[in-house]
Amino acid sequence: MKPKRRRLLFVLIGLALLGGAVALALSALRDTMVFFYAPTELAEKPPRAGASLRVGGLVEEGSVVRDGTQVTFRITDLTSSVPVTYTGVLPDLFREGQGIVVEGKLQPDGTFAATRVLAKHDEKYMPPEVAEALKKSGQWRPDVAKT
Amino acid sequence: MQSDFSVANVVANSHSTKPMLYKVSAAWGNHEGSLLLWVLILALFGAAVAGFGGNLPAALKARVLSAQGMIATGFFLFIIFTSNPFARIFPPPMDGEGFNPLLQDPGLAFHPPFLYLGYVGFSITFAFAIAALIEGRVDPAWARWVRPWALAAWSFLTIGIALGSWWAYYELGWGGFWFWDPVENASFLPWLVGTALIHSASVAEKRDALKSWTILLAILAFSLSLVGTFLVRSGVLTSVHAFANDPERGLFILVLLAVAVGGAFLLYALRAPALKPGGLFAPISREGALVLNNLLLSVAAAAVLLGTLYPLFLDALGGARISVGPPYFNATFLPLMLPLFVVMGFGPMLAWKRGDVAGALQRLRAAMGVAGGVAIGVLIFDHDRHILAAIALALAAWIAAGTFVELAERIRLFRSPIADTLARARGLPRAAYGMTVAHLGIAILIAGVTATSAWQTELIQTMRVGENVTVAGYRFTFEGVSEVPGANYRAERGAFLVERNGRTIAHLFPERRFYPVEQRQTTEAAIHTTFFSDLYAVVGDGDGKGGHVVRIYHNPLVPWIWIGAIVTALGGGISLTDRRHRVGAPARADRGTAPQAAE
Repeated sequence: MKPKRRRLLFVLIGLALLGGAVALALSALRDTMVFFYAPTELAEKPPRAGASLRVGGLVEEGSVVRDGTQVTFRITDLTSSVPVTYTGVLPDLFREGQGIVVEGKLQPDGTFAATRVLAKHDEKYMPPEVAEALKKSGQWRPDVAKT
Repeated sequence: MQSDFSVANVVANSHSTKPMLYKVSAAWGNHEGSLLLWVLILALFGAAVAGFGGNLPAALKARVLSAQGMIATGFFLFIIFTSNPFARIFPPPMDGEGFNPLLQDPGLAFHPPFLYLGYVGFSITFAFAIAALIEGRVDPAWARWVRPWALAAWSFLTIGIALGSWWAYYELGWGGFWFWDPVENASFLPWLVGTALIHSASVAEKRDALKSWTILLAILAFSLSLVGTFLVRSGVLTSVHAFANDPERGLFILVLLAVAVGGAFLLYALRAPALKPGGLFAPISREGALVLNNLLLSVAAAAVLLGTLYPLFLDALGGARISVGPPYFNATFLPLMLPLFVVMGFGPMLAWKRGDVAGALQRLRAAMGVAGGVAIGVLIFDHDRHILAAIALALAAWIAAGTFVELAERIRLFRSPIADTLARARGLPRAAYGMTVAHLGIAILIAGVTATSAWQTELIQTMRVGENVTVAGYRFTFEGVSEVPGANYRAERGAFLVERNGRTIAHLFPERRFYPVEQRQTTEAAIHTTFFSDLYAVVGDGDGKGGHVVRIYHNPLVPWIWIGAIVTALGGGISLTDRRHRVGAPARADRGTAPQAAE
């Protein structure tokens, strides 16, 4: 009986640990996950203030303005666009017309303060989020992906 | 060397102007070629089992090799049906299309082969697990046969991950070493489970316990390697590693995954209950500590897996598109590591079967003193009073000191005459030294990760020629940017003079390279490393008014991360040289243990 009970004890401790970990993990997930928005969605149903989010789309042609380390540009899904501000060095693949994803927070004045700018490591295809944003706005053309 | 531009894969990934190193390593810098490397390593491992497994029972060896053969068949089918690396192109073009400049780095020559040696190495332990389940018998001899393969795979994986992290650190120009990116997690998951496996296999070998669990871990380690391959190669993730964006390939790997993993789990469910339970032990014992190690590592792996796969599942189910980033992993992974590090300090001090915590802690008084001293020292000297950093550094010191105390105890250092100590040190099995070295490596790694996470200094600003800034006590003077030609690129090279207290420390030359063939730009950080910190500089765009955006980092103890990882892998290597771990050693097992019994 004794070894069996001991094994039961181990199993119960293991299950308790696992349960605790799952609870921790799920609550951490809920608190930290970052939702993705296309510019049109952002305009139609703005997220709650102060939430971290990602916005994906194309960098609008002619919108990039640099002032020292501060950069402003617009990100578009060809239906709506969002003004973005970012401080820092942009990734090598950042350029006008390129599909990018920005992570940060929407400010009360409607601009998006980006803390990270993600451009894909390879320019041969665009980030799936961006492709989806373009599909959602009805502006998706397969040939755009090849630019 | 010839570049055959009638092969589509060569056309897509090479160019006549590319340096030799990258002409060779680009062979696996793409989807088709990387699979070729995968099956090559798989074949080599299979041959190693066949060649060196002379002492395995014939039936076990046959079953291991057939399981290995089935995995190989699956991958060969994958290559033939979806990823032919030798597809021809007609008419052959005059020259290739070039190669992703980000991958044109010496890292490409080493990171993928080591990572694959790790991933694929776990196919052997997987095959051993399948063979044991078919035979319905797991005994200490089985564990002794499996351990060297698990150790070798784990050591290679450790090096592979460290190389990848180092590469990302100097190539991406973000000054970070780990981003909790899904592709990083994909390699980290088999590592976590593999770490659990090498520990539980030692219990299975020494005490004939945890057998069924060891089998499960062996299956899981390779399953997670396959999951990693699927994540990285199927194109479901956006990353530098995702060469393929072909849903057909993703589906094929998914089916392969389902067959291999599903089949293995089915076999496990059917056969595991038939395995005879083995040795008993008290909860407070070496085995108990190792069970705790296994629980914490596998729960940590589960947490990482959840965070990695959740966005994919949500997306596949048509839910919201989300991303899970570092905050999640820091909130779940780190709390699990702290107790693990505590156990790591005293676990090796416990006796097998029934241990004595009070006695172990008493012998570890010195280690506790060191850890406490480090914690207090950090809190006194750190202006920001990072509590977590103080705890983590104290734990690193606790592990390092505990490891030394354990070794000192075993050789009775300062307690016996020096001749006796030396004799004991010689008599100690290599595996014991391996553990000591590996645990020390982890302690070094923890110190590096903690220090650079807590005390990194970052500065981003526009600088003009002749201007200077001070970062962490180092004065950086910007000396301008010049054009420099490269092998197959043009570079804008920035120059910094770094001084401290008026003394010249280094000249840093970060570059921005432009690759005309690929029409791509890359950033090359310039790093000056001392043993205790890195000075890291990146030069960015010009602002058109004579200034350049620059990024400068001071990363304390960051070299320790890679030193620690290499030391850890070295520990695995030392363990491998233990005669009991040599492949095929069981035949000599009786002789092997005799000298120790005699001491």
